[in-house]
Amino acid sequence: MEEEMHTDAKIRAETGTGSSPRGPGCSLRHFACEQNLLSRPDGSASFLQGVAEKSRERLIRNTCEAVVLGTLHPRTSITVVLQVVSDAGSGAQLLACCLNAACMALVDAGVPMRALFCGVTCALDSDGTLVLDPTSKQEKEARAVLTFALDNVERKLLMSSTKGLFSDAELQQCLAVTQAASQHVFRFYRESLQRRYSKS
Amino acid sequence: MAEAASVAAECLAGCRARGARSVLGQVVVPGEELLLPEQEDAEGPGGAGERPLSLNAGARSRVRVICGPGLRRCGDRLLVTKCGRLRHKEPGGGGGGVYWVDSQQKRYVPVKGDHVIGIVTAKSGDIFKVDVGGSEPASLSYLSFEGATKRNRPNVQVGDLIYGQFVVANKDMEPEMVCIDSCGRANGMGVIGQDGLLFKVTLGLIRKLLAPDCEIIQEVGKLYPLEIVFGMNGRIWVKAKTIQQTLILANILEACEHMTSDQRKQIFSRLAES
Repeated sequence: MEEEMHTDAKIRAETGTGSSPRGPGCSLRHFACEQNLLSRPDGSASFLQGVAEKSRERLIRNTCEAVVLGTLHPRTSITVVLQVVSDAGSGAQLLACCLNAACMALVDAGVPMRALFCGVTCALDSDGTLVLDPTSKQEKEARAVLTFALDNVERKLLMSSTKGLFSDAELQQCLAVTQAASQHVFRFYRESLQRRYSKS
Repeated sequence: MAEAASVAAECLAGCRARGARSVLGQVVVPGEELLLPEQEDAEGPGGAGERPLSLNAGARSRVRVICGPGLRRCGDRLLVTKCGRLRHKEPGGGGGGVYWVDSQQKRYVPVKGDHVIGIVTAKSGDIFKVDVGGSEPASLSYLSFEGATKRNRPNVQVGDLIYGQFVVANKDMEPEMVCIDSCGRANGMGVIGQDGLLFKVTLGLIRKLLAPDCEIIQEVGKLYPLEIVFGMNGRIWVKAKTIQQTLILANILEACEHMTSDQRKQIFSRLAES
């Protein structure tokens, strides 16, 4: 059985009033659970913990919100519209591509940002081998697929979206490999921006 | 694993802050930190190491540097927030000058003192609402025209083009514009006449065309007699003798962004012949 888990690690705001991350010592929020609430299926349960939303749009929006300097444009809405041109059928790769496209679009629009960000995907197959940037076939056969959004200042983690089973050590390994891979993406960003400005 | 760790360490080390003077004229991206010249000297090439011996050890000369568009002060460094070329202007009097990022964008953000072309969208009582391409319409009082009094109202209708300047433009308030300068004279501002064509270009092109040594405008002037108004919000109004000439001028100005100067001279010579 596969478990889908989306977690967002939000960066603390400059003024220090952002939401505090859950550390190992502090208490978690209120849980609520109800069982056997439906009569027809063999078993059912309802579990309420915070907000139960999970969608690709929310992940991209949270990443953009962490990076864009919204205080310079109060009472203004910034809308990012992403159109899929060609989809090779892999969900995680699409998320990484959407993140890269959103970042480039925000730079092109001249929206003030505190850093650039990029999305990188990696997959763990059944023997524990790590594959960066998996094809859709590798993704289907993988034990776990992880997508990370990293910023270009200190390669900090902005967003992570994972699917599958993996250990803590494997998570750290994937994170280190994607951090190293992100520098290629940022170098590509810089080269394409330089090419654009060299025309003028 | 060891390879990945060493590569990661390399890329992290490469993100050290660079001196602003060494990056002048180059493309900078958001997230970069720049050191001001006085800090550069203090930190030295080796980082935390030897400091240059100064006789006046107590007082460090503090130079006042102005942070222009695209840069923000972050501690005692400059943080780049927009992508573009870093520029610097030497100060006239004392001080460290201005640093800014020359970026290309289409979206205009109102700035105090800018001259812009707006379109009147509504008339409510004593105030006109003018669309200037920002996130809010600007307000324009009917008394802000040359020679306007309570009895002698200016003849402004909805849909008219206005050339004016901002007196109030910040992120917290609705922008306000006027069509007179500080002495009470119009100075070219006010309602723009009938006919002509209004079109939009990028902000970078406007700044290029308004530079003192721009040849494009001189060449265009030699082609046909024309009237032209540039708004810093990316709008240009152009009027020539016939509609065809007006359209040709509009197409040339829009294409100027992507053409090199040789291509431009070719097109001008071809047009001058016909």
